Amino acid sequence: MTATLLAVQVLNGLQLGVLLFLVAAGLTLVFGVMDFINLAHGVQYMLGAYLAVTFHQLTGSFFLAVPLALAAALVLGLLLEFLVFRHLYDRDHLDQVLATFGVILFLNEGVQIVWGSAPLSYPIPALLEGVIPVMDGFGYPIYRVALILVGLATAVGLWLVVTRTRVGMLVRAGATNARMVSALGVDIRRLFMIVFGFGAMLAGFAGIMAGPILSVEPNMGDGVLILAFVVIVIGGIGSIRGAFVAALLVGLVDTLGRSFMTDIFRTVLDPSAANQVGPALASMLIYVLMAAVLFFRPSGLFPAVGR
Amino acid sequence: MRKVLTAAAVAAVAMIAGAAIAAEPMKIGMMVTLSGPPAVLGKHIRDGFQLYLDQKGGKLGGRDVELIVVDDELKPDVALTKVKGLLERDKVDMVTGIVFSNILQAVFRPVTESETFLIGANAGTSTFAGRGCNPYFFSTSWQNDQIHEVMGKYAQEKGFKKVFLMAPNYQAGRDSVSGFKRYYKGEIADEVYTKLGNLDFSAELAKIAASGSDALFTFMPGGMGVNLVKQFRQSGLDKKVTFLSAFTVDETTVPATKDAALGLFSASQWTPDTDNAANKAFVPAFEAKYGYIPSLYASQGYDAAQLIDSAVGKTGGNTSDKAALRKAFEAADFTSVRGDFRYNTNHFPIQDFYLVKAVKRGDGKYHTAIVEKVFDDYGDVYAAQCKM
Repeated sequence: MTATLLAVQVLNGLQLGVLLFLVAAGLTLVFGVMDFINLAHGVQYMLGAYLAVTFHQLTGSFFLAVPLALAAALVLGLLLEFLVFRHLYDRDHLDQVLATFGVILFLNEGVQIVWGSAPLSYPIPALLEGVIPVMDGFGYPIYRVALILVGLATAVGLWLVVTRTRVGMLVRAGATNARMVSALGVDIRRLFMIVFGFGAMLAGFAGIMAGPILSVEPNMGDGVLILAFVVIVIGGIGSIRGAFVAALLVGLVDTLGRSFMTDIFRTVLDPSAANQVGPALASMLIYVLMAAVLFFRPSGLFPAVGR
Repeated sequence: MRKVLTAAAVAAVAMIAGAAIAAEPMKIGMMVTLSGPPAVLGKHIRDGFQLYLDQKGGKLGGRDVELIVVDDELKPDVALTKVKGLLERDKVDMVTGIVFSNILQAVFRPVTESETFLIGANAGTSTFAGRGCNPYFFSTSWQNDQIHEVMGKYAQEKGFKKVFLMAPNYQAGRDSVSGFKRYYKGEIADEVYTKLGNLDFSAELAKIAASGSDALFTFMPGGMGVNLVKQFRQSGLDKKVTFLSAFTVDETTVPATKDAALGLFSASQWTPDTDNAANKAFVPAFEAKYGYIPSLYASQGYDAAQLIDSAVGKTGGNTSDKAALRKAFEAADFTSVRGDFRYNTNHFPIQDFYLVKAVKRGDGKYHTAIVEKVFDDYGDVYAAQCKM
């Protein structure tokens, strides 16, 4: 029984990690390539989910809603880049933090005006309903398995784009030395725009995929944003590979900590004390992990070369 | 002669002043949470209050009302600043609303110390029901523990063998678990405290399945509850484990959880289908005006307006005679939409509590409905400690 429970929790950890990766991939690219701190990346995740709610209402189909919401997330990302972010690339980090924080407030309030403050949702598509039986009366939802597979496929796709294509080469070069790339005659502004739009779309994709299992509500992106920053700091800023490894690591550590921390403390403490200490420590665990990684590798697990 | 003239002049001035008081609108400060995900709770309370006010042509107790709504942003420091603004700048006659316990704790003293009546429409912290009770505080909701006690009593009566307890890791979560345990004496499989604002319960659900429990008791307000209900259903655990909850399945969450919540249990003092004349008028009027089904929070807002209406009506519109107004509040001479309602010695209601469950209405909308009565005319356990 314990082995089954452990296996289920590992799957849960992977699923959280995959979701985090989708958000963190865009964030690390924008931060790494453009040296731009985008706090508003979390609201792109939220917008993806809200757009999926609307398109699901309009079309009634999950598989139609996903591409429509993705396209809309891309358009919104590009629009934000055009209206706000491109004016901030040359400013220092504090200005960027302030401005993008303003975007968070604006958009969080905006979704409340458009969609209301009550949580929303859309159902799992019929094709992916049902469970894989694990224990008596408990199964692992097929949708979550699909989520893990889609996330892994996206990771492989991203890796191919970054390492095997011309755009990917420019992105890597931009992460190493943006000025030199520009001096070699590449339109760095257009590259930035592509990276930004793509990052926004990935975050939106994470939101869309999370919609059927989580509630779609205002501020849903804020918690994810913090976790995504932890992921990119652990993984090394600007590194897709680092983001991938760190996202899975954070997902696993957080999930396993939550499930087993209290039980571990119960072996040494009395139950009520363990109930106090366990949850408190479990929620700190990923930050402890981050501190430990930074202590031994100050620029993260896989720092982008040249930074 | 001179004396008579003076007396007449004084009387005249007093009358003019009196008339001025009656003509001036009564100011009511409403503090509710209108930011972030819990904004929906504040919105329900505000809409409930506003509905009654509009039904009475903008008057309560015969006086025109100026309602000042402020958002506490669920931040105690912000709430404190804003409530001081209400008291000192706006000079409100009373304060109402207050969704969360930590906000109540922040504003309780400044309001009551300025001898302004505080009509709580939701949060019912144990401190203010027991030792810290106050002559200037009245609640139109419940004492927090009571809702959890309903579930504990039901679980005990129903004979569940092994119950798994889960709540967010903060004071209200721990209170909820102790409230449940006050009446439930069976075996407890485990107590799990999740991070406040936890989104994914997959790890916890696996633990519940592994524990072999026959019921789950949980307190997961707002979006946390929506997530839990959906994931509980998706895992197939609903076939084996009975879902008992408090503030998790109600009209603020069932529009999002839809079919996933159907048949899941919760506790409440009111549901939209509560069978009495006042409620039969309230629910359709609310839906017609706002286009959504009211929750218990909306009913508490509506009752807060009714309570003020009845009390200020009794004193003839006079809000400066505090002792008379307090007596009028204590009488609670209005027809609550929940049915039985009278005040206990600690100014919390003595009322009935029900086991409720989520149902789907003919027109495809979702709401909660009464399953059975669990407590009749029930007061809270802290009232005995209240010396007032």
